[in-house]
Amino acid sequence: MNQRRSVFLISCVAFGFAFLYIPILSMVVFSFNASKLVTVWDTANSPTLKWYHSLLNNEEILDAAWISLKVAVINASGSVILGTLAGFGLSRFTNFRGRFMLNAMATAPLVMPEVITGLSLLLLFVALEQLIGWPAGRGITTMTLSHMTFSMAYVTVVVQSRLATFDTALEEAAMDLGARPLKVFFVITLPIIFPAILSGWLLAFTLSWDDLVISSFTSGPGSSTLPMVVFSKVRLGVSPEVNVLATLTIGVVTLIIVGVSFWMARSNRTSRAT
Amino acid sequence: MPWSQRFGLNGRGLVVLLPYLWLLLFFLVPFVIVLKISFADVELAIPPYTSLLQWDAKNELSIKLNFSNYAFLFTNELYFKALLNSLKVALISTLICLLIGYPMAYGIARAKPATRNIMLLLVILPFWTSLLLRVYAWIGLLKANGVINNVLMALGLIHEPLAMLYTPFAMYVGIVYSYLPFLILPLYANLEKMDWQLLEAAEDLGCRPWQAFYKVTLPLSRNGILAGSMLVFIPAVGEFVIPALLGGPNALMIGRILWDEFFSNRAWPVASAVAILLLLLLVPFMMWYQSIQARESAGAK
Repeated sequence: MNQRRSVFLISCVAFGFAFLYIPILSMVVFSFNASKLVTVWDTANSPTLKWYHSLLNNEEILDAAWISLKVAVINASGSVILGTLAGFGLSRFTNFRGRFMLNAMATAPLVMPEVITGLSLLLLFVALEQLIGWPAGRGITTMTLSHMTFSMAYVTVVVQSRLATFDTALEEAAMDLGARPLKVFFVITLPIIFPAILSGWLLAFTLSWDDLVISSFTSGPGSSTLPMVVFSKVRLGVSPEVNVLATLTIGVVTLIIVGVSFWMARSNRTSRAT
Repeated sequence: MPWSQRFGLNGRGLVVLLPYLWLLLFFLVPFVIVLKISFADVELAIPPYTSLLQWDAKNELSIKLNFSNYAFLFTNELYFKALLNSLKVALISTLICLLIGYPMAYGIARAKPATRNIMLLLVILPFWTSLLLRVYAWIGLLKANGVINNVLMALGLIHEPLAMLYTPFAMYVGIVYSYLPFLILPLYANLEKMDWQLLEAAEDLGCRPWQAFYKVTLPLSRNGILAGSMLVFIPAVGEFVIPALLGGPNALMIGRILWDEFFSNRAWPVASAVAILLLLLLVPFMMWYQSIQARESAGAK
């Protein structure tokens, strides 16, 4: 009986993973296809790296990638600061005025449809510009501010859940020994939650790097991000260069994710051993 | 409570002040502005700047004009249909995600620790890869000379390509595919905490495996099911990218209508009114999600 159940379970899991990975693998395979039709394999000339070459010479894509990179790095660094403060406040200060409000505002962006967030932020920027003249026009600044608003919600959740599982006795002991709260935070709390902060940074970077909808609302002329360029290409159908871009993205993401999880597994083991 | 005593109110206030003010300005205030503009006149809004200035200047007048956008939405069948269709698509997609995701989450939770970590990594990986690129992958799979049609024709199962791309089917596939990890992860986190001895006890007492599952596992994983479903359902209602790329021109989804009103028609007040209606519709679900989350973290402690 048990055997039959596990066969059923294994086939469900296998089906699920096939569903998740066949589309991804198909992009990787067809990125080496010589044919411009993308999904019709050109046996005579494939595999080839010619689309890799053409992607790396595509000025439009490279410019957009550079803008995306700038926005993503500033966004990730800013939202890690905001998210860590919010996560710390929410998990360590159990009752203060506005806690409910902060909690609601910090988690709502996780499920808020992007079109609503994008529209509302754009209207805010337009109103602010009329009121105080800042931000002047829309572009990298407005996109970064918008990305930070939804990214910090993810960082808050990651930091908060890490803080929930760690023993406050360590912080209390440091304070009993005379450390000031600020010192306790930097010497005890920060090193312990550092893996969570790192994941938060990577998550915030990725969210910003991938964002299409909120960027489209809040960007200005000459500040198209990579997803915006890809979207306008893809709307017209498949494109061999997009397959190459997808393959490179998947490669980098896999390397980073696998690297970070190994590093975290190792640091977990060492911290448990000491 | 050493933290509250020694930190004092000032220190505490400083820590939360920055994120609090940030969210107030960039999250809450924008909704107030959307609400205001949803009551503005369509005519005034064609160039964005004049719309707000003129609207500010005749504050009194605008109160008389105000409900025209909502009246427009309610008298125009298109918006109502789009809203209903979005709810339907989101609900069906959530159910399909549950059908595929529950056995996966369950299988991962019951696997050996080493396999479990690898499988978790495999679920998380697509989540980190661009949604846009993953949706794009389906264009290559589903189009007339795409991978699926080519394989089926090579096998001789069909003789002419099936029309799959730009149909509701493609849209469902895209939504289920994109949101599946959001359902698996909270469900897994919930199942992982489960005490499996309860299942053995149920079987010892004579339950068949399916009965034990139905009577023990399913009720215990209720919060995980609900949390995961909300994470799929709420954003799916307002989804734009997937219907725009896979659904074809007839895919009536409210997120797409909002986008078109804003970018193609430049009707900012109408787009704002759509946003407000959508928000009103989704807020109860968001509050439900928050209460589930609160219950889950209270249970964890």
